[in-house]
Amino acid sequence: MKDEAVTREDRVASLKGMGCSRKRVEDARFTQGKGNYVDDIKLDGMLFGDFVRSPYAHAKITNIDTSAAMEVPGVLAVLTAADLAPLGLHWMPTLAGDKQMVLADGKVLFQGQEVAFVVAEDRYAAADGIEAVEVEYEELPVIVDPFEALQSDVVLRPDTVGEDGSPSDGAHGPRKHHNHIFTWECGDKDPTEQVIANAEVVAEESMYYHRTHPCPLETCGCVASMDKVNGKLTLWGTFQAPHAIRTVVSLISGIEEHNIRVISPDIGGGFGNKVGAYPGYVCSVVASIVTGKPVKWIEDRMDNLMTTAFARDYWMKGRISATKDGKITGLHCHVTADHGGFDACADPTKFPAGFMNICTGSYDIPTAFLEVDGVYTNKAPGGVSYRCSFRVTEAVYFIERMIEVLAIELDMDASELRKINFIKKEQFPYKAALGWEYDSGDYHTAWDKAMKAVDYDGLRAEQKQRIEDFKAGKTRKLLGIGLTHFTEIVGAGPVKNCDILGLGMFDSCEIRIHPTGSAIARLGTISQGQGHATTFAQILASEIGLPADSITIEEGDTDTAPYGLGTYGSRSTPVAGAATAMAGRKIRAKAQMIAAYLLEVHDDDVEFDVDRFVVKGAPEKFKTMKEIAFAAYNQAIPGVEPGLEAVSYYDPPNMTYPFGAYVCVMEIDVDTGVTDIRQFYALDDCGTRINPMIIEGQIHGGLTEALAVALGQEIAYDDMGNVKTGTLMDFFLPTAWEVPNYETDHTVTPSPHHPIGAKGVGESPHVGGVPCFSNAVHDAFRAFGLRQTNMPHDHWRIWRTANELGLHD
Amino acid sequence: MIPASFEYHRPNDMAGVLSILEEHGDDARVMAGGHSLIPMMKLRMADVPHLIDLQDVGGLGGITVGDTITIGAMVTQSDIILHDALADAAPILREASLQIADPQVRYMGTVGGNVANGDPGNDMPGLMQCLDATFTVVGPNGERKIPARDFYEAAYMTGREDDEVMTAVSFAKPAGGHAYEKQKRKIGDYATAAAAVQIVKNGGTCASASIAMTNLSDTPVYSAAAGDALVGTSVDGDAIKAAVGAMLNDIDPVEDNRGPVAFKRHVAGVILARAIERAWSRA
Repeated sequence: MKDEAVTREDRVASLKGMGCSRKRVEDARFTQGKGNYVDDIKLDGMLFGDFVRSPYAHAKITNIDTSAAMEVPGVLAVLTAADLAPLGLHWMPTLAGDKQMVLADGKVLFQGQEVAFVVAEDRYAAADGIEAVEVEYEELPVIVDPFEALQSDVVLRPDTVGEDGSPSDGAHGPRKHHNHIFTWECGDKDPTEQVIANAEVVAEESMYYHRTHPCPLETCGCVASMDKVNGKLTLWGTFQAPHAIRTVVSLISGIEEHNIRVISPDIGGGFGNKVGAYPGYVCSVVASIVTGKPVKWIEDRMDNLMTTAFARDYWMKGRISATKDGKITGLHCHVTADHGGFDACADPTKFPAGFMNICTGSYDIPTAFLEVDGVYTNKAPGGVSYRCSFRVTEAVYFIERMIEVLAIELDMDASELRKINFIKKEQFPYKAALGWEYDSGDYHTAWDKAMKAVDYDGLRAEQKQRIEDFKAGKTRKLLGIGLTHFTEIVGAGPVKNCDILGLGMFDSCEIRIHPTGSAIARLGTISQGQGHATTFAQILASEIGLPADSITIEEGDTDTAPYGLGTYGSRSTPVAGAATAMAGRKIRAKAQMIAAYLLEVHDDDVEFDVDRFVVKGAPEKFKTMKEIAFAAYNQAIPGVEPGLEAVSYYDPPNMTYPFGAYVCVMEIDVDTGVTDIRQFYALDDCGTRINPMIIEGQIHGGLTEALAVALGQEIAYDDMGNVKTGTLMDFFLPTAWEVPNYETDHTVTPSPHHPIGAKGVGESPHVGGVPCFSNAVHDAFRAFGLRQTNMPHDHWRIWRTANELGLHD
Repeated sequence: MIPASFEYHRPNDMAGVLSILEEHGDDARVMAGGHSLIPMMKLRMADVPHLIDLQDVGGLGGITVGDTITIGAMVTQSDIILHDALADAAPILREASLQIADPQVRYMGTVGGNVANGDPGNDMPGLMQCLDATFTVVGPNGERKIPARDFYEAAYMTGREDDEVMTAVSFAKPAGGHAYEKQKRKIGDYATAAAAVQIVKNGGTCASASIAMTNLSDTPVYSAAAGDALVGTSVDGDAIKAAVGAMLNDIDPVEDNRGPVAFKRHVAGVILARAIERAWSRA
């Protein structure tokens, strides 16, 4: 039993547990084209459904004639709202407490809205059937501007007007206007106004965080299969929250939940786009019930960009006050939020503007007030968290821009201003003015490390010289130094304040140890590329002392996985990762009893050591976890049940607060508006690091999506509500060519309340990256008088900035 | 993104192509690399009941380099990039081809398709106007040659008749310095503005200059006046300014997602000035 040649370090390494850059176990199948995505699912007799979509952004539907479509070879059925109405399925609830048309009920509210669902033998026949459906529209006035919507007599949603003609109450309280959805307030209104009124310095700025889209490589889709013999519905889909989908399907269809099996197979990226419920899911289920055959629905790229959930579209107006020497005293933020035709935000129910109230950022701001007004317009619904926790990118963009604007107002260096105002290490846990309690942080250490790494003073000296050279006509390029210090709020969330449709946002893990010392663990989350099968096995390896290579991780099948709220908002590691560790500790507790029995000592006389329990003071006496696993199945141990299994449902006591310090050095050609990222340095503190390689991959991906959003990616509409960016020709998705080299770095400040101290990382680089790229653009022009110019900073908008500042004269 | 149903034809000679075109008239279209036509069909913006694939038709490939350079219509952009003799004789072709789309598209996209489709966003038409190339088309009445500078009438409207097929482009081996300068939003995008320039230097002065612009009008724009503005000068700042001014009189850009007209005109000037400077430095 002795293995003296094997050191303790060897035993630790062989587990490939936490801290190990273990290669991703998923990649073998993904890199060989052996993944199993929704569109790979093929069932006998499977039909294909697709939508007739509205060409208009706002129109009355006077007639739908499906007769010609029914004559198209291969077309079996055409569903309209009239067919769904008797089932009560022509509308469906949204995650935000609103309701949404499944198929156009008398009118359409955005271009691309689902009008009819053509079911055919294959997707080609469905496409021909769509062409043959004749819809008569009567155009209505289109509103694409939320400020206009709040003034307009045009009623977008008839259900927002009460019988007396006044606005009816919405899901989050009274409406100010019939096109108004909600007002959400946070913080101290009057004290904030007073602080700002009496302040030595006040900076005021408005900014628009444009509408964009998560654009996962795999679009949304599903396969619904109703087995009429056993009454069981199986629904495969691109679901970021399969259990929540099961519950929602049960609630709206009336099918008992035990008769619904939802399966999320491999998912090709989600980024928030696959959290909500879409009309395609409902129509596929209904079509399968009607036809008795499996029905597949898969979006094409234009469907995805034009109709499934967008992100952002926040008009933010801020005032920040400070003393003359730069100490911030107050912050006021008002947001006009454009939600499109339906409020289909995927936020915890009590947070209609998500966690926008993290907008005091990394700074010790004693007094603050936030007010968000949600508005209907003739645009697609959504408002999801594109690679961020709920509305956190908006919040961080807002505060990081306000800091820069305040620095201009104070004529102060923006790094210096941040350092003056960072929450100090000794202030944690820190109760922020807008309500959150930051669990931990060490911002000054991270910031100083970042400034040193990029030689910040050297960069500023170079920039000063560049400005002189530019003014002297020696160069046409400007140098921008973008700074950002972000604080995220992830890991939704504590059940006491976080739920979606009444479902508490806990998560879960169930572990079964097999007799030979390998294991399977199932979780309530679902990987969409994050590498859960790799990292959750690493958490368990460290917790239970079995090699990660001997642990299978399974997610996404609601018939087998424990209930959980899914993967988005960087919640998997903070919540399900915690559940995994806690379930592992239950395994370990039972293993301790078994080990003590086998070693013939008291339970308290053995202790865990990497992969075994040893007798205290006698390390040569031990039982490995592998031996203990076998004993669990072949020994009759008094007072101990056979088997070795555990389940944990984890309700986090608080959110986690990852943070980071980013610097972007950008060259800008003022004549063409072309930008070139010369350097990008990203320091992330996500607490305990489970797999450094995967963290680095996450940061590269998140920064690339940040670059996209900051420099060109948008969903743009014309005045008629036509989507101008419905294909990848115009919707900016960066390629390897556009992506700069990223330097990654880290500090480690473990979360004090998380079982392993981990905080989540997937979204940090996006949250911090967008303002960093944007601040670099702004900083380049600061010496020439620029305060604020809205994203996306594509060539022509940068050129316009240069032009307006007189740099082309 | 699924095209309406269509008949797929794959004749193995030009006679077969022409007979199908004659039989189906407007209902038939030929396809070379398919990178313009297929997306249009998938978007159902092009209705092509009879699609004629040119892959098996002989005699449309090959690059011949001599005093006259001839490139078969089915030669791909990748073929051009990899052809060393062509790169020596007419280096602007490789420089421009490397700025078209991405490698995957360049393996499929052809010279013939690029010049014949009449899409103002394509790079080859302006390039061919700069080189004063001649397009060869064949139809029921035999072969016909059309100068590139006369070929483009409006977006997707060209001097080729519906029953004719582009078979080759040819041009005299270019002399002097060259440059193809292109601004785009990302790899794979059409030009915000692009300029093709060939300049011949004699002593310290410009003996001849040929300038064409891409995606700044509903056709490629060959600007004779811009070239003329350089001839006889030492291609100094004033001459370049004059050439840019002349070019701006010839282009007519429209606003799109790349930006408004004022921006495009400004960038066109910057891009042309850079192209002239680079071509002159190589002349």
